[in-house]
Amino acid sequence: MIIKMVKNFLLAGVSTMAFAAPALAQTEVEFWHAFTGRLGELVAEQVETFNNSQSDYTVVATHKGNYSETLNAGIAAFRAGEQPDILMVFEVGTATMMAAQGAIKPVYEVMADAGAEFDQDAYIGSVKGYYTSSDGEMLSLPFNSSTPVLWVNRNKLQEAGIDPNTDLSTWEQVGDVLTQLKDEGVDCPMTTAWQSWIHLENFSAYHDTPFATKANGFGGVDTELALNSAAQVAHISAMGDWAKDGKFIYAGRRNEGGANFRAGECALFTESSAGYAGIKAEAEFDFDVRPLPYWKAVADEPQNTIIGGASLWVMEGQSDEEYKGVAAFLNFLSSPEIQAKWHQDTGYLPITKAAADLTREQGFYDANPGTDTAVIQMTAKAPTDNSKGLRLGSFDQIRGIIDEELEAVWSGDKSAQEALDSAKERGDQLLRRFEQANR
Amino acid sequence: MEKRVTFKGIWLPLLLVLPQIVITAVFFFYPAGQAIWQSLFIPDPFGLSMQYVGLGNFEYLLSNSYYRASFVTTAVFSILVTLVSMGVALYLADRLIKGPGVYRTLLIWPYAVAPAVAGVLWLFMFNTRVGVVTWYLGLLGYDWNHVLNGEEAMGLVVVASAWGRISYNFLFFLAGLQAIPRTVIEAAAIDGAHFWTRFRTIVFPLLSPTTFFLLVVNIVYAFFETFGVIHTITSGGPQQSTTILVYKVYSDGFVGQDLGSSAAQSVILLVLVGVLTIIQFKFIERRVHY
Repeated sequence: MIIKMVKNFLLAGVSTMAFAAPALAQTEVEFWHAFTGRLGELVAEQVETFNNSQSDYTVVATHKGNYSETLNAGIAAFRAGEQPDILMVFEVGTATMMAAQGAIKPVYEVMADAGAEFDQDAYIGSVKGYYTSSDGEMLSLPFNSSTPVLWVNRNKLQEAGIDPNTDLSTWEQVGDVLTQLKDEGVDCPMTTAWQSWIHLENFSAYHDTPFATKANGFGGVDTELALNSAAQVAHISAMGDWAKDGKFIYAGRRNEGGANFRAGECALFTESSAGYAGIKAEAEFDFDVRPLPYWKAVADEPQNTIIGGASLWVMEGQSDEEYKGVAAFLNFLSSPEIQAKWHQDTGYLPITKAAADLTREQGFYDANPGTDTAVIQMTAKAPTDNSKGLRLGSFDQIRGIIDEELEAVWSGDKSAQEALDSAKERGDQLLRRFEQANR
Repeated sequence: MEKRVTFKGIWLPLLLVLPQIVITAVFFFYPAGQAIWQSLFIPDPFGLSMQYVGLGNFEYLLSNSYYRASFVTTAVFSILVTLVSMGVALYLADRLIKGPGVYRTLLIWPYAVAPAVAGVLWLFMFNTRVGVVTWYLGLLGYDWNHVLNGEEAMGLVVVASAWGRISYNFLFFLAGLQAIPRTVIEAAAIDGAHFWTRFRTIVFPLLSPTTFFLLVVNIVYAFFETFGVIHTITSGGPQQSTTILVYKVYSDGFVGQDLGSSAAQSVILLVLVGVLTIIQFKFIERRVHY
């Protein structure tokens, strides 16, 4: 493992040196991202392919820490006048970036100025929708997008005497299965990652219920949270009961639960479709990918889920020559071959229809059943105002508040209604601050 | 008669203290001034615009019950960290004053561990799934879960923060104890004073300059330098049970990008620690025998 890392490091060093020499005559495009490990390697590979494919531009990719740290690095650099050309920003930072007119250059503008070919209709609507302005112009390029799905440990179900092919498409059915699992003495019937993203944000979109007013914030910064309506309260209340009965095990605010699932302790796991790479590599049991369940009592059939992940923002204040390089690189990233490979390697969604079609033609979905679940779940229905995405200021912090309130429900300190009311009240305060800062 | 060494003129002394003044100005006065200035505005994250709000940021903060609750959390946390780290250090110093040097050397090691690393170490031991201590507690029938239990989370961050600090305090207490003449203690023992009487009437008063110094330093440590521990172990949770003031400065500033509120909190923290230190020097120092 360590030897391999050292080797990769040396190879990376050698290849940087090899390409650094002719780079002097080329325009450099700086790209700051938040990926490490396998994802970091895949990004480096994409960049290298691009650099080798043409001789006008060199993209220099730099890792700047996790999502929050990368955003902070970008902001600090902009304040110092040292901003990169391309900055990766996670989806919750979207409203912050959008509001920063004068700091960012919208992607559609970059493409138009550079005279690059750019067809916004080629991108998948529900992926693109998160990052477009209200008049449909693309502001940032979706890079890695995923959506939550239900992961199933088939062995665990079988051991508990449950048919592993049992229908788990509604939460009602899941509730029955959890009871059976608990009765059979399973310690961890279900766990989750990213509780706010999956069980409130996506839950709302999936049941076509607003998460916030003004079309989830797309209609203006004077939006308010609406996450305490009957549908959400019912879901969180059911989850709270499951937590009390030991049917739902809370492992932490981020994706801590993934370790429990991959180790084969938990039967069901709600997590991003991008959990695929890790689960496939580590799980020593048969697993399934199922669509995220919905409540039959709330909706006859589910709407679409929304995405998480990050997009690429182009920063203001660079030369025209650099913007041309940015346009070329973004177009390269959107090409079907690159996208299809990214989608298959990582479990992230393809951002264009062409990439999804190419993946199907290559026979990937047939060879890896269930990997198209996320794509189908996202694209089965045209997004509504409630399921286009979320555009809320200070959203990273609002998620922190939601995490706190949900923890109060899981530990039995608060009822679902109390917790969500309080989350709304506290979150709205932050939204008002954001509105004031961006007036 | 007191013997005084004085410099002639003003330029040489000024030159000699200049490096210290420059460092203080660059690394303290300038940033502190900036924080005070920024606390009067609500800026956007990119520094493109600023709105003057006067004391609006302070009003916003102090009217927020979660922010006020954070003061209590900070007080509980700081007192516990100070008591645990100083208490254990004093006990060990007293036990090991004549002990083998190797113990003393080993005891100093944790001080070299950075808070964030210490946090990760303790998190591994108490990890709810794979932690060794959690496993042993499970055998005893205790279900450790600091992810949901606020008191356990507080206990864990206190222990993790105090651990590295014990070394530091130990060194000072050991030196302090070694400076107390054994003859005084032996004389008291011959007069029939028990351990506690000896400790209360002789050791503790003679140790008071050291204790006072450590008290000030440890409280400042608990207020500011424990950030790494909190960040790695609990991120302020569950709910807000381990969100101390300095962690909130970070999360509002660097997670929420709300620089106005973050600056105002820094100012409040600055004033608070300043006042605390003044109180300590005014009231506690009177009882210190040098």
